[in-house]
Amino acid sequence: MSAGLFDIPSDLQNTYWGLVVQHLREALIPVVVGLVVALPVAQLCVRLRWLYPPVLWVTTILYAIPSLAFFVVLIDYTGQTETTVMIPLGVYSLVVFVPAIVDGVRSVPQETLDAATAMGLGPVRRYFQVQLPIAAPAIIAGLRVATVSSISLVSVGMLIGNQGGLGNLLNDGMIYHQNRLVWLSVIGTAVLAILADALLVLVRLLVTPWMPRGSRKPRPVDEPEPVTAVLEDAVR
Amino acid sequence: MCGLCQTRRVFGVLIRIDSVTKRYPDGTVAVDNLSLEIPDRAITVFVGPSGCGKTTTLRMINRMIEPSDGTITIDGKDITQQPVNTLRRSMGYVIQNAGLFQHRTIIDNIATVPRLLGWDKGKARARARELMERVGLDAALAKRYPYQLSGGQQQRVGVARALAADPPVLLMDEPFSAVDPVVRKGLQDELLRIQDELGKTIVFVTHDIDEAVKIGTMVAVMRTGGHLAQFAPPAELLSRPADAFVEDFLGADRGIRRLSFFGSVGLGLRTTPIVAVDATAEQIAERSTPDVPYLLVTDVDGRPLGWSEPRQLTAGAIDPARLLSYGRPFRHGEESLRAALDGAVLSPTGWAVAVGADGRVAGVVSQQSIGEAIRAAHAEGRDGRDGRDGFGGLDGLSDEKVAG
Amino acid sequence: MNVLHYISSFFSDSSHWHGYDGIPTRLREHIQYSLIALAIAAAIGLPVGLLTGHTGRGGNTVAFVATAGRALPSFGLLVLMFVLLGLGLTPVMIPLVVLAVPPILVTTYEAVRTVDPSPVDAARGMGMAESRVLFQVELPVALPLILSGLRSAAIQIVSTATIAAYVSLGGLGRYIVDGLYQRNYEKVVGGASLVAILALVTLGFFWAVARFTVSPGVRRRAL
Repeated sequence: MSAGLFDIPSDLQNTYWGLVVQHLREALIPVVVGLVVALPVAQLCVRLRWLYPPVLWVTTILYAIPSLAFFVVLIDYTGQTETTVMIPLGVYSLVVFVPAIVDGVRSVPQETLDAATAMGLGPVRRYFQVQLPIAAPAIIAGLRVATVSSISLVSVGMLIGNQGGLGNLLNDGMIYHQNRLVWLSVIGTAVLAILADALLVLVRLLVTPWMPRGSRKPRPVDEPEPVTAVLEDAVR
Repeated sequence: MCGLCQTRRVFGVLIRIDSVTKRYPDGTVAVDNLSLEIPDRAITVFVGPSGCGKTTTLRMINRMIEPSDGTITIDGKDITQQPVNTLRRSMGYVIQNAGLFQHRTIIDNIATVPRLLGWDKGKARARARELMERVGLDAALAKRYPYQLSGGQQQRVGVARALAADPPVLLMDEPFSAVDPVVRKGLQDELLRIQDELGKTIVFVTHDIDEAVKIGTMVAVMRTGGHLAQFAPPAELLSRPADAFVEDFLGADRGIRRLSFFGSVGLGLRTTPIVAVDATAEQIAERSTPDVPYLLVTDVDGRPLGWSEPRQLTAGAIDPARLLSYGRPFRHGEESLRAALDGAVLSPTGWAVAVGADGRVAGVVSQQSIGEAIRAAHAEGRDGRDGRDGFGGLDGLSDEKVAG
Repeated sequence: MNVLHYISSFFSDSSHWHGYDGIPTRLREHIQYSLIALAIAAAIGLPVGLLTGHTGRGGNTVAFVATAGRALPSFGLLVLMFVLLGLGLTPVMIPLVVLAVPPILVTTYEAVRTVDPSPVDAARGMGMAESRVLFQVELPVALPLILSGLRSAAIQIVSTATIAAYVSLGGLGRYIVDGLYQRNYEKVVGGASLVAILALVTLGFFWAVARFTVSPGVRRRAL
C-alpha cells in the first residue's frame, strides 16, 4: 500500500478504513433488521394466504420509490444522520426478504411437512428444523440481493450531509478534482459488494450441503407473478 | 419372427427401422442395433422398463434424436433425406402432459399444424372444431385455455392437435400415463375408436404392459440397454413369450389375460335352468334338472335377478332379496371367454350368466363348460396356425382382442 | 405534518409550473432520459436474454452479469463518468444503461429458461422452426417475467436519473439536489414526491401493459 493512496481530505474527518466501517455499518444493520422483521411478516403471509397478494403490492410500491426521494423525506424527522439512510435501506431489505422467505418456505413439499408432523414435531420445531433449512437457499438469495443493493445505495447518503460512507469521497473527488478519490469510492464499494456476495455464496454452500452445486431446478408454474422478479432487481 | 410373417400378410410395412443404434458421448447405449418393421395402418406399441430405449426409438422416427448408426425409412424414403420440419409436419406427435400451449385457446392449439402448413385461419379453426368432436370434446371448450381443462381433456386436445393436419403417422409417447386409471381407460377406448375410423399408423410408447396388450396390434417388448426382446401380436406374446425377461415382464395371470383373445361365440349355453320371478310351482319343477343345482331367476322382462336352489323357491312369492348374486353377466358372442370365466367366478354358484345386447338372459354356463371351451380353444390354436372363427381370433389374421 | 405542508406549498406555488425549472419541463426531461435509457438497455438486454435463455448457453456469463450489475454502485458510477467524461448527456446515459441491462438480461434469461419444456418439445415435434418456437411458444409464456424485468429496469432508471441531477442532469432530481443545496425543503420534498409519483406511474404503466399483452391462458385469471 503506497503512502498517500488512501489519504482523504481532512474535511471528512475520517480515514479510508473509517469510511469503510461506516459504510458497512450503514449497509448491514438495515439488512439484519429487515430480515428480523421480515421473518414474522413472511410467516404470517404463509399462514394466511390471502394476506400475501396485498403485502406483495405494498412491497412492490415501496421498492419502487427512488432512494433519494425516500431519504430526503425523512430528513425532517431524523435529520441528516445515519439513521435517515438506514431506515429506507431497512425498508428495501424488508421488501426483498418477504417474497424470498415466503417463496422459500412454500417450496417445502407438503409431504415433507406431513412426515415431520407425523413424527411428532410441533409447529415451532417444524418451522426451525424443517421449513427454514429448506427455505435457506431462497433466503440466502434474498440476503445477497439485499446486502449488495444496500452497499450500493449507502453511497447516495452522501447527499444527506455526508452520511454515505465511501460515497462521501465522491463529493470531495469532484470539488478537489481528485479522480483518485472517486476511484477509491467506486472500486471500494464494488469490492465490498462482491466480497459480501461471495461470502454469502460460501455460507449457502456450507449451510445447504444437501443441495446440488449449481442447482438448476425447474420451477413449477404456479403464480403468474413469480418472486424472482424482485430478486433480480439490480442496485438502485 | 412369426409375428412378422403375419404382419406382412395383412399390412403393408410403413416404417422400417434398420439396425439403428443410439450411443451417447458418455458411453451409454440407449438403443442397440434395433431392427423393426412397423406395419401400416395399425397400432404398434413399444413397451419395456425404464431405460429400454423405447422413447429414444420413437423420437428417432421424427428426428428429435438422431441415430448414431442405421437408417429409418418411411414408405421406402430415408427420413434424413428431407428437411426435418417437413418430416415432422407430416407426423402427429403426442406426449405425456400434452404439452399444450398455455397461452393459446384450445381451438388455436389444435389449429397449430394446419396454420404452420399455411392454411388460413378460418379453415384451420373449422378443422379444429371437427377434430374436437372426433376426440369427444365438448364444442363449448373451444375458446377456453388449457389451464381450465382437466388432465383427461388436455390429453384429448393433444391428440386432436396431432390429428389436425391428417398425418398418416401418429407418434405417441406415454400419452395416457399422467392421468388416473379411470380417465386412462376412457382415453384408450377413444383411441381404439378413432383408429377404427381413421386407420392411422400409430407408434405408441408405454411402460404399462396391460395398456400395450389392450391397444397394440403389434407389440415390441424392449429390454434395458435398447435391445428388442420380442416383437409379436399381443396374443402370441401372452402364449409364447420369447424368453424369461418377456415372461417376467408380462407378469402373472398370463394365461387368464390371454383368454381375452378367445371369443365366447361358440360357447354352449344352457337355457333350461331359468325361471321368471312369477313362475308357478310346475314351471319351477319343470325347469329343475338333477345335474344343475341352481335355478336362475329373472324378472318379467327376462333380466337376471339372482340364483336359488329350486326347493327354496316358493311359487308366486319369490323374494328377489333372498337370491344369490348372479355375478357379472357377459355379453354372449361379443365378450371374450375371459369375461365369461370372470362372471362364473364372481357368482357364488360357479355359473355365469350370458346376456344379449338388450340385457336379457340368453343362457347360463358353468365353470366346467367354460373350462372345456378354453381347452378346446388351446387345442385348435396348437393345431392350426391360420386363425379361425368359432373361437375368435387367435394369434392369426384378425388379431383383435375381443371386448373384455 | 411538515412534510405535507411542504408538499402543498410546493405544488401551489405557481412559479413552479412554468419555465425551464417548471414541473412540466422537468417531468418531461426526466421521462425522456428514462425512456431513451430504457430503450437502449432493452435493445441490448432483450435479444441477448432471449437467445441465451432459448439455447441455454451462456448461463455462467449471465450469472456473472447479474452479480456485477448489482455490485456496481449507481451513484459512484455517475460521478466517475462525470469526472472522466465531463458534462453532458452521454456520461449520464452510460451508467443509466449499464445499470439497467442486468435486470433485463438476467430476468429475460430466467424467464425463458424456466418455461415448461413440454410445450417446447411438442412444438419442435410438430415441425416448428426454432425461431418460431422461441417467439410463438416460449416468449408468450415468459412474458410476465420479462415484463417484470423491464419494469425493474425502468424503476432503476427513474431512480438513478433522479440522483444524476447531482452531476448536472436535469429532470426531477434537480429539485431535490438544488433544494438540498439551497436548504429549501419545500423544493426537496416537492421533488421527492414528484419522483415517487413518477415511479408509481411507471409501475402502473407496466401493470397495464401486462394486462393487455399477456394471454389470459398464462395469467390464469378470470377471462
